[in-house]
Amino acid sequence: MTEWDIIWAARDDFLYGFANTLVIFALSALLAFVLGCVIVYLLEGPKSGPRTLLRWLINIMRTLPFLILAYLLYYGLPTLGVRLDAWTAGVGALIVYHGAYFAELLRGARVVLPGGTVEAARAYGFTTFTMFMRIILPQLLIRTRPLIGNQLVICLKDTAFLTIITVQELTAAANSVQSTYFIPLEAFVVVIALYWLISICLEVTIKQLGRFGKKRGFEHA
Amino acid sequence: MPDLPAVAIERLSKSFNGIEVLRDVDLTVNRGEVVSILGSSGSGKSTLLRCINWLEQPDRGAIRIGGQRIGVDDNGRRMPARELAALRAKTGMVFQSFNLWPHLTVLHNVTEAPIHVKGVAKKEAVRTARELLDKVGMAHKMEAYPYTLSGGQKQRVAIARALAMSPEVILFDEPTSALDPELVGEVLGVMKDLSAEGYTMVVVTHEMEFARAVSDQVVFLDKGIIIERAAPEQFFTAPETERVRKFLELKQ
Ligand SMILES: Nc1ncnc2c1ncn2[C@@H]1O[C@H](COP(=O)(O)OP(=O)(O)OP(=O)(O)O)[C@@H](O)[C@H]1O
Ligand SMILES: [Mg+2]
Repeated sequence: MTEWDIIWAARDDFLYGFANTLVIFALSALLAFVLGCVIVYLLEGPKSGPRTLLRWLINIMRTLPFLILAYLLYYGLPTLGVRLDAWTAGVGALIVYHGAYFAELLRGARVVLPGGTVEAARAYGFTTFTMFMRIILPQLLIRTRPLIGNQLVICLKDTAFLTIITVQELTAAANSVQSTYFIPLEAFVVVIALYWLISICLEVTIKQLGRFGKKRGFEHA
Repeated sequence: MPDLPAVAIERLSKSFNGIEVLRDVDLTVNRGEVVSILGSSGSGKSTLLRCINWLEQPDRGAIRIGGQRIGVDDNGRRMPARELAALRAKTGMVFQSFNLWPHLTVLHNVTEAPIHVKGVAKKEAVRTARELLDKVGMAHKMEAYPYTLSGGQKQRVAIARALAMSPEVILFDEPTSALDPELVGEVLGVMKDLSAEGYTMVVVTHEMEFARAVSDQVVFLDKGIIIERAAPEQFFTAPETERVRKFLELKQ
């Protein structure tokens, strides 16, 4: 039996990990993205105490290493009486962490969004919510498309950290196979290929979405 | 309420960083009237216009749109955001830099506010938009995105967008100042048609011929004070103040 035969024999472990990684990634990326949008909406309006606090929270999140946050939710929260299972803690950590990044990325685009279109919406009687949903957010998304793609890839890679808090995802599967049969090279090559596969799909999708911006004159390169 | 003026401004004052930009401005715009606001750069014309729909908050004074006080009530209490938005929806505004929504087609630029602010049914909004785009000569560009249009075309779409809300008054802030000279005429032409149809308009402009031909009332702002107001013939042929005489000479 060659090393590759062993890998093939363990394919169910890999597939299980792969499926789990996909689910974790899809769920946390989606919710993180929604969280980011909600935060930017909440930041809409004049400076205020709560908004300053929110900005601080985003910054704290962004300056924290992701692994520490995952540790904190999984090992730290029980001290406060909140016990989350590994999966929930892991997904929760991904959501708040990348939610903060999405928020910051959209906020950056909001700051430099030409004011005229927003002013026109205000003059035409849009309420803040409708204005955000119909006028501001669509423009922010078109303008930040490449950055969003980048953030999604980072989010995908961060799912690998969850192996350390015992979540049974792709990296965990590889680790278990390599340590059982002592074939680290093959096991990790397979994992890298699978992460690549997801990343490439993401890239292609994000690239396709560039059509929206091109059609509307937002993108020139 | 046919007698209530479309816009009534009383003793309006506004400062930016302690510098008074408008002082005790009184202005009444009756229904169907076109009022032109003239004045040199920095005299406060835009600020006055932007106070009317509360894009700028005045420090003192009262503004009424169709009789209804905007921004604050008579006891000085702030208007709830929703009411303010609803009152703003009764005014239309046309900007120097067009400010079309770049992610929406021409058609959707015109239907957006009627559908999502006024709650007009989509079908009806589209029908109205078609008519209005036809009126401003832009029906053939319905599916185009704003970035593909010339400045004059953008401004005509912006005017259709304003009309789609059936506003009590349309505020124009130098609508032709960002246009190449050969495109100015097409926009002024549309505005002339509107005045002939009885739309109520407040127009900040540097187009003297237009102001003279179309206005019912011309108002001259100097350092935030209305120093002269008159019917256009009188304003342009026999101005009362030296300041206006100088201004008109330079515009010749
Ligand atoms: N948001 C603001 N903050 C500070 N100062 C302002 C602001 N808006 C306008 N001003 C000042 O108020 C004065 C009047 O400005 P306004 O834009 O109303 O003039 P205007 O008559 O429209 O001039 P223009 O013909 O150049 O458009 C100017 O001195 C301007 O610098
Ligand atoms: Mg101005």
